[in-house]
Amino acid sequence: MTASAASAGRRRAPRARSRLDRHVPGWAFASPFAVILGIFLAIPILASLLLSFTSFNIGNIQSWSSARFVGLDNYTQALTDARVLKSLRNTGYFVGVGVPATIALSLALAVGLNRVVGAMKTVFRVGYYLPVVTSIVAIAVIWRYLLAPDIGLVNSLIERVGIAGPDWLGNTKTAMPSVIAIGVWRNVGFDMVIFLAALQTIDPALYEAAKVDGARGWKLFRFITLPLLRPAMLFVAVVTSIAYLQVFEEPFVMTQGGPVDSTLTTSMLIYEQGFRFFNLGYASAIAYILFVIIAVLAVIQFRWLRPQS
Amino acid sequence: MSVAQSRAGRATVERRATAPEGRIAGGQRPWGLYILLGIGLVAVVGPFVWMVLGSLKTQGELLASPPTLFPEAPTFDNFTRLFERADFTRFFVNSTLVAVVVTLANLLFCSMAGYALAKLDFFGKRPLFGMAVATLMVPTSVTIVPLFVLMGKFGLVDSYAAVILPFAAGAFGVFLMRQFMSGVPDELLDAARIDGASEWRIFRSVVMPLLKPGLAALGIFQFLATWNNFLWPLVVLTSEDKYTLPVALASAAIGQNRSDYGLLMAGSVLLVVPVIAVFLALQRHFTQSIAMTGLKG
Repeated sequence: MTASAASAGRRRAPRARSRLDRHVPGWAFASPFAVILGIFLAIPILASLLLSFTSFNIGNIQSWSSARFVGLDNYTQALTDARVLKSLRNTGYFVGVGVPATIALSLALAVGLNRVVGAMKTVFRVGYYLPVVTSIVAIAVIWRYLLAPDIGLVNSLIERVGIAGPDWLGNTKTAMPSVIAIGVWRNVGFDMVIFLAALQTIDPALYEAAKVDGARGWKLFRFITLPLLRPAMLFVAVVTSIAYLQVFEEPFVMTQGGPVDSTLTTSMLIYEQGFRFFNLGYASAIAYILFVIIAVLAVIQFRWLRPQS
Repeated sequence: MSVAQSRAGRATVERRATAPEGRIAGGQRPWGLYILLGIGLVAVVGPFVWMVLGSLKTQGELLASPPTLFPEAPTFDNFTRLFERADFTRFFVNSTLVAVVVTLANLLFCSMAGYALAKLDFFGKRPLFGMAVATLMVPTSVTIVPLFVLMGKFGLVDSYAAVILPFAAGAFGVFLMRQFMSGVPDELLDAARIDGASEWRIFRSVVMPLLKPGLAALGIFQFLATWNNFLWPLVVLTSEDKYTLPVALASAAIGQNRSDYGLLMAGSVLLVVPVIAVFLALQRHFTQSIAMTGLKG
């Protein structure tokens, strides 16, 4: 971090220019971004909503006007489609277990790492961060090999202690927990770095004061560390949840949604409907349902974890 | 906070946090903690080591049960097959091309927009920034379907342009650059204005040189994000010769090569090792700026 960040001033410089002139440089600088944001993000977001009310499919790509307006049909179909509901449950499972696990583990790591000094601290921090910068596709490929039933490293280690390991990714009971564990394994480093940065901003005098009052160990953590980590917790919870609600690569590469749809996530179903069957209208409706869930969850988290002033 | 100050602050935190708690037996260093963190580190780094070892084993050895730790007869055969039979040279070049172009475009466009949002006043500035932040929340799966339809209309399906244009100026980059930019003192810009410099001149000669740490952070972040990007290239690239590495690796992993672990590990090495090298060389910029967006965001 440079000297810049903290001393951010927002004063406007007085400028003597005509009224219209004043806006020209700003727009000139912002326009490439504004154009790209508009064409490739804002329009698609709105178009997605429109698409979700139509029967748009592969035949309509050349002439958009030939798509039929079907009202809420896609939505009623989606919410009664057993595979959509299954995918929503699976995604909920992934988020419901994965997010708390990631946060708890990363917080524990950050608190631990905050007590480490010197070069070892960098080694740990960089090491735990490695999976975050790595392609999820590669990670999924590597873990599929690690979890393979007969030749995989994981089962051969388990067999050393005399237990026969399951076919992790081939069994409906263990497939999703395995995928979740790999998600946690990959993302823990990111949340840890955020928590670590937040921990370093806590004034040590607060701990000293609390110790004078007789507080120790867990109480220090519960009544000083945790409340002061609220902003970081909010950020981490929102970012991790949004990412996990869209989980795609891990099941796509490791299980293709199987066995028997036990790891089929909503993003995978959107991909399948949109780009394998080209039911683009239907895929948009499912995507919007996911979008609404993401937005609602983010709002709840903002309400719940907002810094109390 | 300056780097020196924060280091000093951190050092105090560490000293006070470790010293007064009597639970740590036998001296200054919390060895139990080191061992726990070390076990965790093995679990995190181990799979990557296993990947490299696997890429050097023969197919027979890869299918051995129980698996061997070190390759009995290390061979580059998997890599030879990867480049000669599976055309991964091509995918590597595609990935590099796309990542470099997207990164350069982001460095330019995001710092321009960041400058406008932090230092210039114009009609529609707040809505533009609001929209940028809002789009950070929108899931990719919501936009890929209409984006595909749009690309179909433009005739860009299965083109490099289709994987470059939508990512040429990311909202995250603009947000990051605006954060860095707002730390540049206004007095400096005003002094240049009084000297008669144009806004472009100020941006190029005054602001950009001060922004090197921010540009470095954005550059690394954007390169990695683009290099690893998967869902959109998977959707929009249909002919194999345009595949990027993740798309090529995934289609090998779920296609006819699904049990060819040697090839898959070699492909993973190709996808992962350059990234890890870049990250290790530049990690300082990277984790700090990530932490910064988290704290200020």
